[in-house]
Amino acid sequence: MEGKRIDKADAIAGGLFVLFGILFGLQALNLDLGTALRMGPGYFPLILSGLLVLFGLVILGGAVQSDGEPIGRLAWRGMLFILPAPIVFGLTVRGAGFVPAVFLAAFTAALASRRMSLLQAVLLAVAVTIFSTLVFSYALSLPFRRFGPWLPF
Amino acid sequence: MELLSDLALGFATAASPANLLFCLIGVILGTLIGVLPGIGATATIAMLLPITFQLEPVSSLIMLSGIYYGAQYGGSTTAILINMPGESSSAVTAIDGYQMARAGKAGTALAVAALGSFFAGSVATLLVAIFAPLLTVIALKFGAAEYFSLMVLGLVSAIALAHGSVPKALAMVTLGLLLGLVGTDIYTGTPRFTMDLPEFADGLNFVALAVGLFGIAEILRNLEGDQDRTVIGASLSGLWPSREDLGRMVGPMVRGTAIGSVLGILPGGGAVLAAFASYTVEKKMSKTPEAFGKGAVEGVAGPESANNAGAQTSFIPLLTLGIPANPVMALMIGAMIIQGIVPGPNVATEQPALFWGIIASMWIGNLMLIVLNLPMIGLWVKLLKVPYKVLFPIIMAFCSIGVYSVNSNTFDLFAVAAFGLLGYVLLKLRCEPAPLLLGFVLGPMLEENLRRAMILGRGDPSVFVTRPISLVLLLLAVAVLAVVLLPQVRRKRDEVFVEEG
Repeated sequence: MEGKRIDKADAIAGGLFVLFGILFGLQALNLDLGTALRMGPGYFPLILSGLLVLFGLVILGGAVQSDGEPIGRLAWRGMLFILPAPIVFGLTVRGAGFVPAVFLAAFTAALASRRMSLLQAVLLAVAVTIFSTLVFSYALSLPFRRFGPWLPF
Repeated sequence: MELLSDLALGFATAASPANLLFCLIGVILGTLIGVLPGIGATATIAMLLPITFQLEPVSSLIMLSGIYYGAQYGGSTTAILINMPGESSSAVTAIDGYQMARAGKAGTALAVAALGSFFAGSVATLLVAIFAPLLTVIALKFGAAEYFSLMVLGLVSAIALAHGSVPKALAMVTLGLLLGLVGTDIYTGTPRFTMDLPEFADGLNFVALAVGLFGIAEILRNLEGDQDRTVIGASLSGLWPSREDLGRMVGPMVRGTAIGSVLGILPGGGAVLAAFASYTVEKKMSKTPEAFGKGAVEGVAGPESANNAGAQTSFIPLLTLGIPANPVMALMIGAMIIQGIVPGPNVATEQPALFWGIIASMWIGNLMLIVLNLPMIGLWVKLLKVPYKVLFPIIMAFCSIGVYSVNSNTFDLFAVAAFGLLGYVLLKLRCEPAPLLLGFVLGPMLEENLRRAMILGRGDPSVFVTRPISLVLLLLAVAVLAVVLLPQVRRKRDEVFVEEG
């Protein structure tokens, strides 16, 4: 036996789909299933969950005994800074206001590239903030508070 | 002629100064984002979607159509200049277009693409105007069973045309359908899969899903390499094709338009198929097939016309049946629903100004594209030289603002991040997001029609096979699925997609 060959990407994908299927299926079981004539809220989702588990198993089955391309490098730094950008915006837009929120979102996202120096990131974020404020707040007059209650002015 | 008076109404709507302006903004923005490498039409529209919601329904849809054409043309531009097609439908353009660019004929290739697109767009718009009302009449006879079967056919075709493995596409569609069902059940008011979060009661936010799955996942993928691209420094002199080039492009353009118009109506992304079919046809018909792949004008003119014609006619199922033929149309449906329009056959009769306005704006959008873009090609090339590290923070800021502006709900922003992560993971696992989005949009409609059909059929599932139209549609779906799973076809399909990638 020379080590088992397995397509990692397919195996993970298959497993993920099975997991999603089970999670949805368990919740669907708690809903009223109804009958085929009068389907309850759980009927169709339960069928779909079953199908999802089935497809997941097929993918898992196909992953064994096959070589796939490697998954390749992951954008760790990208994930670390890109994904928080909208979250930062969401956490600050009410309290601190539109202007600081845009700045923070752009600044956070800018850090995702290691080719960006800190100074460049700040300058870019300032430029984006000025542009967005002019376009979205003044020109399109979207109803955002430019500065929120967290700030003293 | 009723057609003429309807078209006149459409042009009167679309040509109002405000709507012209929005169409123009849409085309410019669409091209602007679309030329960013690696960002295709779907991602572009997903990211720009929120800014259209502030407008009137007609203006908003006109602007979205403008964005769509712009994004498509932008995708062709990157395909030709840096061999990086943003969307699979312009992948074929990259084959010969990039070779033309390397031979110093970048300007000619771009002009040929633009002219071909414009011709195809004009013809296809006319076709939409003729056939959409006819189909509407048929669509009004559709009952719940027919709708259900039609959607099944649409989803199956989407799978057939997706890249990669069929089981994965099936799983993605199913997951999309399930995600689409999150929220309050319309019949009983029972909350489903909401995890007791009040934010989920109205369902998952469509914009957050689209922006995360397409926009953010793409940005993350582009950040993997984290390096600058090289743009062909080709001179753009000699923009206008020579008389000889023009002569060579007429045939492919006409044939491409015909192929694209027919295939575009098919559910599931006919534009991609159309571009490939057109390329194959041109290569077969050419007296010099060996020139293909080395910068043949025909290889750019044919597929570009075909994919634009297909893009246009894919509006037919959307406008008549309310069923999206591809992910872009799924985004359009999402936009319509948010605007309070129920997509379907009633749009044409109840809101003729909207219906015909959109059709007329297609042609206006295409015209603007060519008038604007030919002189501005130089500018787009400069934009390609803007480093990516500057672009994506701007995109992220705009995405955040855009998503927040839809409902002023901070929860949506957390959802964007979550869907971005999900989208990236799925991309890395080689699962295409397009079938998921289609499933998400169709999920609630599919369930509603299934339930209604079962009630009307007194609980007997044979209602789907005893009604003739429904039976035909289901048989077609089975046939499509069988064909895709046949070993020979599968190999051929893999070859096609390998060639493309």
